[in-house]
Amino acid sequence: MAEQKEKPRKVASMGMVPYEMALGPTWTRFFEGFKEKRILGTKCNKCGRVLVPARPFCPRCFEPMEEWVEVAQEGTIVTWSYVNYTYFGVTPDMIPVIGATIKLDGVDCGTGMWTQIGGFDIKDFELVTKKVKVGARVKAVWRRKRQGNFRDIDYWKIIE
Amino acid sequence: MQKVGIVEVAQSAGTESPLSLMEFTYKPVKEVLDKVGMKRDEVDMYILASTDVFHSGMSCANAFDWDASGAFMKPASREEGDAITSFVYGCMPIMEGKCDTVLVVGLIKGSENAENDTLTSFVADPFYSRPVGIQETTAAAMQMRLYLQRYGITEEQCAKVVVKNLSNALFNPYAHIKKRVSVDDVLNSERICDPLKALECAPKSEGVCAMLLASEEKAKKLTDKPVWFKGWGSSMDTFYLGDRDLLDTQLKTAAASAYKMAGISNPRKEIDIAETCEPYAFQELLWCEELGFCAQGQGGKLIDSGVTQITGELPVNPSGGVLAMNPYVARGLYRVAEAVLQIKGKAGEHQLDKKVNTALAHSTYGFCGQWQGVVILGS
Ligand SMILES: [Zn+2]
Repeated sequence: MAEQKEKPRKVASMGMVPYEMALGPTWTRFFEGFKEKRILGTKCNKCGRVLVPARPFCPRCFEPMEEWVEVAQEGTIVTWSYVNYTYFGVTPDMIPVIGATIKLDGVDCGTGMWTQIGGFDIKDFELVTKKVKVGARVKAVWRRKRQGNFRDIDYWKIIE
Repeated sequence: MQKVGIVEVAQSAGTESPLSLMEFTYKPVKEVLDKVGMKRDEVDMYILASTDVFHSGMSCANAFDWDASGAFMKPASREEGDAITSFVYGCMPIMEGKCDTVLVVGLIKGSENAENDTLTSFVADPFYSRPVGIQETTAAAMQMRLYLQRYGITEEQCAKVVVKNLSNALFNPYAHIKKRVSVDDVLNSERICDPLKALECAPKSEGVCAMLLASEEKAKKLTDKPVWFKGWGSSMDTFYLGDRDLLDTQLKTAAASAYKMAGISNPRKEIDIAETCEPYAFQELLWCEELGFCAQGQGGKLIDSGVTQITGELPVNPSGGVLAMNPYVARGLYRVAEAVLQIKGKAGEHQLDKKVNTALAHSTYGFCGQWQGVVILGS
């Protein structure tokens, strides 16, 4: 067989498939709260934990969570990362992003809510390392126009 | 309960292959069958591990996978989490005495689809994780920061994992990444997702691994050196990352149950070699802690001590690990294959320079090690 010098032949394929996923009553109520700039959690009557985002049932106790509580919009950074690279689906205009997990005051989740930090020039990495720290205090900043989804919180602002 | 022997393994290399998935899968399967002199229809059962749409771009698992592995018109089943569970599912009917031989195959062609980070962003739920950019690497970076911060692990110590594993991979013909790097190379590589650097993240690889399992009697007939299945444990953590302590994964639970089944009380002394699944360098250190190779928070000191080097007392990832070869889904079976070859004394150029009696193979999937599984093999 002759030595193959050309690039091996390939078939290009691209799929676009739409999905529509039900939010269910618990997350619907949670995101309706976002429209009114409120962060709602659910409380477990067995272990007493307050969880955010709200849950239909306590994952540990496996009992329904029917009690709703409004929680604080301030909290503490548990950990964070500085996302500064592109890949298919993420273009240069979408970066950098500071991902962080935030333990909201009065909420019992381990590492807290996963979200993004902003409100200053986050392209300046030196500045980022000065301001964004594990244990730093943060506050939710809402979008003016809210649609009842997770991006209604524009970003979390560092409280100096 | 019957003993299970691992008779023979075959692996393909991780670099981009011009073969179609069909012929790429066929080769290692055929190699295993030829080595033991069996025909495909003489195998009692087939267990596969592969992925449909996201990591393969085809929902043709029911066509290509079965034909290429020789599994059609036989009892067969497929796993989509990690191939290390296919290995265990393959052991079970032999333990029960229902089968004499089972062929396990893990397969993927990583070069044919989008980046892992694109694909793992679909692992995140569309309600409150995907909208903030959570995928495997961004999640791992947050786990790493917590690890550095809580235990004072240094970035140099994490970089040493890359240096060690890629150096081991130079001697493994099946590894994907072949390059010698220094600690400085790792530290100076692009900070793609601070604190994670580009060289600390696993590649995306091709990989088919085929393995023939047999009952004790049959295994002794088919090979002069069977390797024995000794123990297994696994555990799945809760889905939402926010509910977990990212430095306290289910690996401790999985390892404890595998050690109990294998009768291991001091893993650090009794295990001769460990193959771990470390798609991010720091995870090898964290996994070593949770596997009981050192105390909690001491993973940095462990790598500093040289114990986990290929010449050390407890080599970790002599194959080069997942940092050198990352065929998604199949990667867990590659860990088992390396453990098998080390016990058989057939690892070739990276064969350990000591007697290998007990080996550990670990795998994980999901963000920050959501699922953890541990297999123990013995001579
Ligand atoms: Zn509860």
